[in-house]
Amino acid sequence: MSKKTKFKIAGLPKAQGLYNPVNEHDACGVGLVLDIKNRPSFDIVEKGLAMLCNLEHRGAVGADPKAGDGSGLLIQIPHKFLKKKVSDSFSIPKQGEYGVGVIFIPNNENDEKKIKLLIEEVCLKEQINILGWRLCPTYTKELGWSVLPSTPIVYQLFLERPDNEKSQDDFEKKLYILRRCIEKEVLEISNQIQEGFYIPSLSSRTILYKGMVLADQVGGLGEKLGFYEDLTDSDIESSFALIHQRFSTNTFPTWSLAQPFRMLCHNGEINTVRGNINWMNARHKNLASPSFSENDLNKIWPIIEEGQSDSASFDNALELLVRGGYSISEAMLIMIPEAWQNNDIMDKNLKSFYEYHAPIMEPWDGPANIAFTDGKQIGALLDRNGLRPARYLITEDDKVIFASEMGLIPIDESKVKSKWRLEPGKMLLIDLEKGAMINDQEIKKNVANKRPWEKLLKLNQLNIDDIPSSNEDFESDYSLKELQKAFGYTQEDEKFLINPMIASGMEATGSMGTDTPIAPLSLKSKPMFTYFKQKFAQVTNPPIDPIREEMVMALNNYIGPRPNVLSLDQKEVSKFIKIDTPILDENNANKIKNLSNNNNSFISSEIIDITFNAKDENIENVLTAICEKAERAINNGKTIIVLSDKFVTEKKVPIPSLLATSKVHQYLINKGLRTSAGLIIETGEAREVHHFCCLAGYGADAIHPWLAIKVVENLSANSDQKKAIENFVKALGKGIKKVMSKMGICTYQSYCGAQIFDAIGLSTEFIDEFFTGTSSLVEGLGIEEIEKETISRHNDAFSKVSGLENLLDVGGEYAVRLRGEKHSWESDTVRDLQHAVRLNSSDTYKKYADSLNVQNEKLMTLRGLFKIKKAEDFSKKPIAIEEVEEAKEIVKRFATGAMSFGSISREAHTNLAIAMNRIGGRSNTGEGGEEADRFLTMENGDSMRSSIKQVASGRFGVTAEYLANSDMIQIKMAQGAKPGEGGQLPGHKVDQTIANVRFSTPGVGLISPPPHHDIYSIEDLAQLIYDLKNTNPSADISVKLVSEVGVGTVAAGVSKAKADHVTISGFEGGTGASPLTSIKHAGSPWELGLAETHQTLVINGLRSRITVQADGGLKTGRDVVVAALLGADEFGFSTAPLIASGCIMMRKCHLNTCPVGIATQDPELRKLFNGQPEHVINFFFFVAEEARSYMSKMGFKTFDEMIGQTQFLDTDKAVKHWKTEGMDFEKLFYKPDPWDGDTIYRSEAQDHDIYEILDRKLIKESAEAINELKPVQISSEIKNTDRSTGAMLSGEVAKIHGHKGLAEDTINIKLKGTAGQSFGVFLAKGISLDLEGEANDYVGKGISGGRIAIYPPKNSKITPEENIIVGNTVLYGGITGECYFNGIAGERFAVRNSGATAVVEGSGDHCCEYMTGGIIVVLGKVGRNFGAGMSGGIAYVLDEDNNFKDLYNSEMIELEKINNSDEKIFTDNLLIHDKERLKNLIENHHRYTNSPKAKRILDNFENYLPKFIKVMPTEYKRVLMDMYSSKETSKNSVKG
Amino acid sequence: MGKPTGFMDIEKVDRGYKPVSERISNYKEFVIPLTKEETIKQAARCMDCGVPYCHNGCPVNNQIPDWNDLVYSDDWKNALENLHSTNNFPEFTGRICPAPCEAACTLNLYEEPVSIKTIECAIIDKGFDEGWIKPKIAKNKTGKKVSVIGAGPAGLACAQQLIRVGHEVTVYEKNNKAGGLLRYGIPDFKMEKHIIDRRINQLEEEGITFEYGINVGVDITIEDLENKYDAIVLSGGSEHPRDLPVEGRDLDGIHFAMEFLPQQNKRVSNEGVPSKTKEILATNKNVIVIGGGDTGSDCIGTSIRQGAESVTQLEIMPIPPEQEDKSVTWPNWPLKLRTSSSQSEGALRDFSVMTQSVSGENGKVTGINCIKVDEKMKPIPKTEFSLKADLILLAMGFVHPIHEGMIENSKTELDERGNVKANTEDYKTSANKIFTAGDMRRGQSLVVWAIREGRQCASSVDLFLTGKRNLPI
Repeated sequence: MSKKTKFKIAGLPKAQGLYNPVNEHDACGVGLVLDIKNRPSFDIVEKGLAMLCNLEHRGAVGADPKAGDGSGLLIQIPHKFLKKKVSDSFSIPKQGEYGVGVIFIPNNENDEKKIKLLIEEVCLKEQINILGWRLCPTYTKELGWSVLPSTPIVYQLFLERPDNEKSQDDFEKKLYILRRCIEKEVLEISNQIQEGFYIPSLSSRTILYKGMVLADQVGGLGEKLGFYEDLTDSDIESSFALIHQRFSTNTFPTWSLAQPFRMLCHNGEINTVRGNINWMNARHKNLASPSFSENDLNKIWPIIEEGQSDSASFDNALELLVRGGYSISEAMLIMIPEAWQNNDIMDKNLKSFYEYHAPIMEPWDGPANIAFTDGKQIGALLDRNGLRPARYLITEDDKVIFASEMGLIPIDESKVKSKWRLEPGKMLLIDLEKGAMINDQEIKKNVANKRPWEKLLKLNQLNIDDIPSSNEDFESDYSLKELQKAFGYTQEDEKFLINPMIASGMEATGSMGTDTPIAPLSLKSKPMFTYFKQKFAQVTNPPIDPIREEMVMALNNYIGPRPNVLSLDQKEVSKFIKIDTPILDENNANKIKNLSNNNNSFISSEIIDITFNAKDENIENVLTAICEKAERAINNGKTIIVLSDKFVTEKKVPIPSLLATSKVHQYLINKGLRTSAGLIIETGEAREVHHFCCLAGYGADAIHPWLAIKVVENLSANSDQKKAIENFVKALGKGIKKVMSKMGICTYQSYCGAQIFDAIGLSTEFIDEFFTGTSSLVEGLGIEEIEKETISRHNDAFSKVSGLENLLDVGGEYAVRLRGEKHSWESDTVRDLQHAVRLNSSDTYKKYADSLNVQNEKLMTLRGLFKIKKAEDFSKKPIAIEEVEEAKEIVKRFATGAMSFGSISREAHTNLAIAMNRIGGRSNTGEGGEEADRFLTMENGDSMRSSIKQVASGRFGVTAEYLANSDMIQIKMAQGAKPGEGGQLPGHKVDQTIANVRFSTPGVGLISPPPHHDIYSIEDLAQLIYDLKNTNPSADISVKLVSEVGVGTVAAGVSKAKADHVTISGFEGGTGASPLTSIKHAGSPWELGLAETHQTLVINGLRSRITVQADGGLKTGRDVVVAALLGADEFGFSTAPLIASGCIMMRKCHLNTCPVGIATQDPELRKLFNGQPEHVINFFFFVAEEARSYMSKMGFKTFDEMIGQTQFLDTDKAVKHWKTEGMDFEKLFYKPDPWDGDTIYRSEAQDHDIYEILDRKLIKESAEAINELKPVQISSEIKNTDRSTGAMLSGEVAKIHGHKGLAEDTINIKLKGTAGQSFGVFLAKGISLDLEGEANDYVGKGISGGRIAIYPPKNSKITPEENIIVGNTVLYGGITGECYFNGIAGERFAVRNSGATAVVEGSGDHCCEYMTGGIIVVLGKVGRNFGAGMSGGIAYVLDEDNNFKDLYNSEMIELEKINNSDEKIFTDNLLIHDKERLKNLIENHHRYTNSPKAKRILDNFENYLPKFIKVMPTEYKRVLMDMYSSKETSKNSVKG
Repeated sequence: MGKPTGFMDIEKVDRGYKPVSERISNYKEFVIPLTKEETIKQAARCMDCGVPYCHNGCPVNNQIPDWNDLVYSDDWKNALENLHSTNNFPEFTGRICPAPCEAACTLNLYEEPVSIKTIECAIIDKGFDEGWIKPKIAKNKTGKKVSVIGAGPAGLACAQQLIRVGHEVTVYEKNNKAGGLLRYGIPDFKMEKHIIDRRINQLEEEGITFEYGINVGVDITIEDLENKYDAIVLSGGSEHPRDLPVEGRDLDGIHFAMEFLPQQNKRVSNEGVPSKTKEILATNKNVIVIGGGDTGSDCIGTSIRQGAESVTQLEIMPIPPEQEDKSVTWPNWPLKLRTSSSQSEGALRDFSVMTQSVSGENGKVTGINCIKVDEKMKPIPKTEFSLKADLILLAMGFVHPIHEGMIENSKTELDERGNVKANTEDYKTSANKIFTAGDMRRGQSLVVWAIREGRQCASSVDLFLTGKRNLPI
């Protein structure tokens, strides 16, 4: 720990500008092929290599087409082969008696010698005998030019098992220690050598072949030679091969990051890795093990080196547990436990097993499909959410093939025994020593019954409710108002934040984004929390829905010493307190604070005052004293530290609670003491969700908001105070869950200390000292300024300004108050902009722009601190304005932002579209479809068609026709105002028109899920891009991201995923409705994200093939110029053109009461809309003209010349502002050198590689059908690399025939084989796909009228109803059409289905989630959480096991018996006629798939009927009943 | 906001007037307050805008949405607290302010604005009725002495702010009572003077010393004050009226409005017209009021109450549009045809009229000779006309403060318009420790602007005296 040297990953460039290699992400395809009976063969190795080749679409290539992102395979030590190979130079003992290390050494003689010598020395020291070195032959001719320089020499080192290592396990442990010693020694001698040095594996059981090579280059393909010559030798035999194909966000050769790692390969992302690493390394003092001597522990410490990837870190931790004595399967269960907390049907002993281990190891939280092996056991595990695909099959000859998708290698279907998938939280395990497969139930049963967990649990764990209440704490002498002021409370804290929480138990909602300065620019004294912005998942990682998928979320935590992770005998007892929520009320806080007074020797607390005397103390010294106090207390046996600012007085200033918490937490980690005690913060400061999240993220086990609770009591003085506090705590809990889920984190325990924040405007020195490991992109305040700000706030509180004594500060964050925070959009700016565009007055526009561009102490934005240099500064001449590119060209770079029809009125929406179409810019549909009449040109030549069609997570209105009518399709990954969150359109806003466009039911609310359920990682995004590009090959595909640290690497990944366009949206972006926490505290200014994106793309050589758009809070021509200089090609504006159209920033969009007819569907209010296209056009021309004047001064003739020229930007030192003295934009203005031939603006097109795909053939053969409506029959083979089948064909049909498509079955396509992902995506009406075989994920996604039938191959012997036939997320966003699946589907079947009908024979978890329409029939078992968030449509489930009631989510749906009406008329009334409908559908199912089960049911229909349950959404039912009864009435009245 | 749809559901209602016949027989206020229930309802029309244009439109930046909400929730006491935090004298503005806030109200875009002024007045009147308005006596004294010269709204606001943070404040006023134009210019029917008295009471109880009848610069010198005080605030009015230099101007019967109006106010309050001064009365006369502003209206109302034979108001500017184009005026104060309560009591109005001469007999006015002018105020040939006139009241505004006496004595620099020069950051004049606020600095303006300046000036004076800001800006 003493050494600060960071582990450097070879190949990755060093941090430069805003680029930091730490942010790199990867995702991938994983695979596993093995022989259960542990019979090594070359066949297995060959199969592994073949699988790799067919996973290629899950990887990516960057600017160098021959440089992949890395791939590899992990196999058993091929004894026969190795023995043969080394026999010339040395001999090796029998298998198991020696170990093999694979070692990458930098390719130069000097280093080679040095390292070999060093390794030999270490081996000598560790008393391990070297048998010999083998230079592993590698073939480098096929490697890409960018990879070659970093290509290492690969050595294999043979080590003899020392006699004193009795068992092979001991030997493995010894090799582990040896490896750590070597790694540390190498690190010691030279950083530079370390970069190229790496030990892929060192084991007596397994050996790793990996590299920065394309999947087909690892071992070669056919005639083509691979990198590793070894792999082509038929003597190389293994009974398993674990494979991995990586898709990383960068384009750098990073040999060490290629997977597999030593024990695993991982598809997914560990979101909490920062915290996990900290917690892991904090265990040093707390660790004792029979397996490791103290000396050993010191040798291996730190367990996880800084600066590695999440997967590599996980591998390190797993290795410790396994070498420490856990079986690898147990270790996996401890590190990635399934969601046990809210699972009522889980076995009690198993639950106790999980609960017992919870405090021992916080979950490594995040999406994970991990294939693992230690050479003895091999298997795979899916995390609790199951967000990664994982399918497998078992053959009759005991082979298992497991992979991210099916169809990777040809299989004789007649030999397949079963096909299944890994389910959320489940494990696939093969015990090679026993030659047996152990199913999940068995594994869990074994661990559950291994020890009396429940009893052990009781020994350790004390539930807080079981602690007797104790005396009340002291009360402050100050009045509530005084205390509130001391902690900086504002009137808005009560009005906008606390009151709504008290009233509803939920966090309040707001709209229109934020336009106040970020904390480091604010003249107000801001709480420390506001300098931290929440991170959120985008693209590389899915957020979670904490409401609809609450079953995976958990807030419980443990306060007190964490048990020793390596104490396998469970003999040590450590007492800790279990809490269900991290928010402690007064009663619970007092219990803990008074523990010392009880005679409890195991558990006791120490209260530490965190206030300081501003006159003669300074924060830094006081903090040091506090840390030492905590350390002493722990050393004296105290097990809980309570940091408290309750001691505040006029003289005693509270240290910012976040600062104190983080400092103490990190201090204790460094001392190795953090797991020896719990850490509680008792603070008056925390009052809103974000505050609590910050405290948690920086290490607080629990938080007692003592003052906030008093405020709640006071505010509810006239009502039920107890209820009010309950609601407040509940709202905070929900809010915390939401913030965690944004990052894809499920449990508070792993969120705690995970530091999921970016700092903004804090100095590196300050961060390193107090918030180690947090990213801060803009230099700024240090401890002195923070102290100054803290003291000034305190002094203000007690200074008693006359007339304001009894009033809290006005705040002004959420609504403008002149004495409060400053806003960009206030009376004068709105007025001037509106008057300017209405009068077409450039003078008034100038007034507007000047007031926003002004650079003075009233700073609103980072760019306000920038100086734009002039041509003269570079000894050049300015250019006459006439010579500068014309405004009418510049405006084509402008787009209006995504605002859905639904959130804004048709009048406002079409106004923007007409304006943008007139000037050649682009308008955006937003999420929620577009009325088809807008696709036609208007009589006057105008067009209301939005050029950009957005595809968001709800997929509302996303039909083939919608996509076909676009010039650009934008995938909204995140929204500035609420990144990582879903949305909700309440039922009252869904009128008939909105419902039509969204293919839903009027009056029924609509939910957009937080994640796109088809994008859980970067390779999924690539797939969606592929889907959309296929559907409309002429449209550019855009991906919208929100600015945060690391967005640049995501953007690089997006570019590699072949997006044509990327939008970087600032946090200021507007919104119809969003929780206030998100509006204010998530995301960062676009200046940062844009600069990082541009730099990262340039560094990666990816810039010229993608358009970069800046968006979010752009207001003036100067803004455009700054964005262009930072690297933007295009510019998105939302709020400003809306204001030009009449918006007056009411911020009431979420209430439907917009008084100017914009954000409302109220017909009366809509009449008030008075915007004209001319107003919007005038605005954009003003902006363009303003930009031109800057261009002329800088000397740029064309816009392209200006892009990325950051040397024209400088920090304006003339701007005086005490907080910004230390601000430094050096990193922001960094200008990396482009690769040869790469421009720093968009100059070339992406190669989408859609020229020779199956659909081209289908289209060709369908010509008659499309043009002459003549039915055609087509047949073809299909394989897993044929992806998005039907998309391009559907696009063609929709372009010509619209949504109504062709007559049923006009294009009838018969296919055979395994279909790749997105089979039948957006399938248009008139097309039928009939597949004999199986399909992967996303079948029928967005199906727009077509029909899909899938059934097992004719020669297959499996029972269809017991085997999987289609993957996950089938029918996502289905619009209309029919699907028949003769087998079982994966998770999330029919998620967000709008209207498609489907029959399936079983489904995984979350079936029918968010469904709004359509009919789903499940003729078999379903998973948990059925119908969560389901607001429309119906489902029939055949509940043969009679357990459906335990599996469905009752929040929005109710269960009914089958309506057995005898009426023979089959109508559209979904309330009745169930029997007829069901029968009809099952008959169809039988007709199209020949399903045996369908036949069985039809043969005994009356017997089966009672076993069917009808699922009916409650709200939907009510609306249907209203609808039909009013129809009846009108029918009757007509009759009457 | 209490009721998000209040603006759609609730009809606008505002205070009405007593009938003309009834009100012109006396000098009492004739505005009829709303009931408490109706006021609460009207408060619910407020939309609590994200950008409250009213709050910016109001010169003292009243936090209108906040107190509207408090009134809606029947929490008048906190509404009062909030109102007083920005405005020392809401009872004045609640009566006589033209309410730029209402012009700026978002509802004014398409509908009728929230009855902000009425609600403001209701809050403060309730405060007085309930006895909630108590002197706020500073706990600690600073020992610093400040003299405020001029007891108009600017001076009073300034003095009250300063006394509350512990300074010793003396107000010098050349008249016999405090209030300035509030007392002597604004007729009682618009604001009865006991409204001022009760506030002056509070000010006195808070410790302010009033020195009446002392004309600084005439009766005592600025030097005298400089020796006695640590800071001096010049808060006099803009009293130099704009004249009408035409033939016949020296005839008897032509008076400035501010010669006419104070007399009536003094009669009403029994202060009496000083014996040396000639009484000006409109009774039975044909009155011509020149100038179309608020002062002109006050002259009309007063003349009518005095029993004028006829009242005609002449305005040189063209008649403004009946309805403004809100899309390019809102939220600004729009130019539009407004009819004041006094005008509606029976005055004739004519626009685009320029006076060419006044004719008379025996040295007395008998008529006025006018001509129509175009938009550039150029006479239009052959549009001459004459009107009968016995009394001509000049209400054409004020040019700048009177320079003779105090200002000359203080040796402060003037701006190009002849006002005392100071900015709105610190309100400091060119002379050491002399500050200025209100009309004397900014020129003739609204009462509400005077209050703003008085408050801000006080904050600056306090900063000057203590080195800290104990007063809000």
